[in-house]
Amino acid sequence: MTRLFVPIDSTALSLDAEEVAEALALALKRQGAKAEIVRNGSRGLFWLEPLIEVETPAGRVGYGPVTPDDVPGLLAAGLLEGGEHKLRLGLVEEIPWLKRQQRLTFARCGIIDPLSLEDYEAHGGYRGLAKALTLEPAAIVDTVTASGLRGRGGAGFPTGIKWKTVLGAQADQKYIVCNADEGDSGTFADRMLLEGDPYGLIEGMTIAGLAVGATRGFVYIRSEYPHAFRTFKRAVANARDEGRLGTKILGSDFSFDIEVRLGAGAYICGEETSLLESLEGKRGVIRFKPPLPALQGLFGKPTVVNNLVTLSTVPFILAEGAEAYRDFGMGRSRGTLPVQLAGNVKRGGLVELAFGVTLDTLINDFGGGTASGRPLRAVQIGGPLGAYFPASLLDLPMDYEALAAKRGMLGHGGMVLFDDGVDLARQARFAMEFCAVESCGKCTPCRIGSTRGVEIMDRIIAGRDVEAQTALLRDLCEVMTDGSLCALGGLTPLPVLSALEHFPEDFKRPVAAAAE
Amino acid sequence: MGVMPWSAARAAELIEQHRPQAGACLPILHALQEEFGHVPAEAVPLVAQALNLSRAEVHGVVSFYHDFRKTAPGRHVLKLCRAEACQAMGADALAAQVKARFGVDFHDTSADGKLTLEPVFCLGNCACGPAAMLDERILGRVDLTKVEFHLARHLADERQS
Repeated sequence: MTRLFVPIDSTALSLDAEEVAEALALALKRQGAKAEIVRNGSRGLFWLEPLIEVETPAGRVGYGPVTPDDVPGLLAAGLLEGGEHKLRLGLVEEIPWLKRQQRLTFARCGIIDPLSLEDYEAHGGYRGLAKALTLEPAAIVDTVTASGLRGRGGAGFPTGIKWKTVLGAQADQKYIVCNADEGDSGTFADRMLLEGDPYGLIEGMTIAGLAVGATRGFVYIRSEYPHAFRTFKRAVANARDEGRLGTKILGSDFSFDIEVRLGAGAYICGEETSLLESLEGKRGVIRFKPPLPALQGLFGKPTVVNNLVTLSTVPFILAEGAEAYRDFGMGRSRGTLPVQLAGNVKRGGLVELAFGVTLDTLINDFGGGTASGRPLRAVQIGGPLGAYFPASLLDLPMDYEALAAKRGMLGHGGMVLFDDGVDLARQARFAMEFCAVESCGKCTPCRIGSTRGVEIMDRIIAGRDVEAQTALLRDLCEVMTDGSLCALGGLTPLPVLSALEHFPEDFKRPVAAAAE
Repeated sequence: MGVMPWSAARAAELIEQHRPQAGACLPILHALQEEFGHVPAEAVPLVAQALNLSRAEVHGVVSFYHDFRKTAPGRHVLKLCRAEACQAMGADALAAQVKARFGVDFHDTSADGKLTLEPVFCLGNCACGPAAMLDERILGRVDLTKVEFHLARHLADERQS
């Protein structure tokens, strides 16, 4: 039977993939055609979504972007045989945008039926866990350490070292917590994996449990992702039914189970200690460190808190070996980074490449510049707490240290493009406003500093006493950077000061603007 | 979105259902909001008692999280993304248009009770902004026409069911 693929990823759904699937199912039924519709995740070529594919002897042929109205014409053109049509994209694997990528973590995303364990295993799934089950816990940790994997959530802390601390801790119960509270604007890698390859995360968490001696895992998913939450919950239930979670996993003596929890719309819960408080049923207020969560984490027990992309990368490392992963990348940034191209971009989506690719390659070669066709003016990298860079800095490589050297950060790998319509003073104001709304309130520099920051930006935008206010802004940013307890208050100055540094003209408002 | 009227008995049932979970407060509040459309003030002492917390503690949790509402929403909820990626594609202008068209502000419900408007920070649809979510339907490359179209469809579905 011919297999057709229609994505069920949120972005595809937002562009009417459901209506396309319905139209296709109806038309196939009417024709009495022998074809099955598989609902896959997305490959991340979002400007082509809904991107539908048909399996042919030559490979999977893609068509996109497809609207429900295109369906009759596509079938008449011989869709089931990969026939010629104006929306035909040829073999999907051969589309240069995809072919140029180095997909390790996202290798299966968009290809398989996300909820089919059979499909998952046919595409290399559970080879990593099978390997891990032959190793001592310390050897698993050593493999992860040797791979050079650093936390993909933003902080970039070496994963193996975190695991080693938890492995060495003595306790009656340890936990694996997956931070799936990806709240940064411009990022969607976590969401895509939850919707497109959920068993990869389940396998990664199971390996982590085996490595450190944890038998329980929690996945904290943000409430803004209802589709991802539902898909992942179903995947966990399936995995449990099939003996991939629970007792005696894959016939071993190892037991591990996962509970899925929903966040409640607080950005701060993406910060690991706030997330733990939230999981414990409290306000998501940041904790002082030490003690480290690795020693006293969830319910006071030793806990691995890792980002979703980090955990989803672990199965590859175990299956293929530490070197296979470490050989990608540059400097101290090893392996691959799923970059998310977003905002005012012509060809937005997910690009997984070894560290070291330049901003220019990503923005112009992959992204194709701005969606509006107007000149690119700024790119914000690393989410709402990341720096705004001007078009003159596009030769920077994607690398933790290189971006830090330019007073920026890599964050979760999100890149948001802005054309020349952007007003960087307003973006700086927004950064302060965002911090004020999302601050947990525990420390003064973040809680009060951000509110004062909004007021200062309002005066600058109004053209009132700009020079003195700008000096005050710098002073405030210094206090927030040095005095905040966590990254929210501590990094809010990054977008603000980068806007001021690279786009000073936007801060020199004429007094006349006061009438605005 | 079938929202039920307040029932202490039903609330107690929901609380009991989730109480055995470790750190049950959020799962309980989500369950209550799903049932009643918001977290009614009457529920707070029930949750507090079940979890052996003070009412102030539970109130603190409810008020900390943006998701939990203290009053019932309109028949449909539209969330407009306000984050940077969507801003880069005109999210602020769209928000102004939607507010004017439906006569609502953020955190507000239209006079006819049909629509509640809420801001949201990132729906993970950042390559196809501006993004919105109408009930649980995610919408990409949204403009006012698209919002009106989908709302009309949701209202029509509601009449049929």
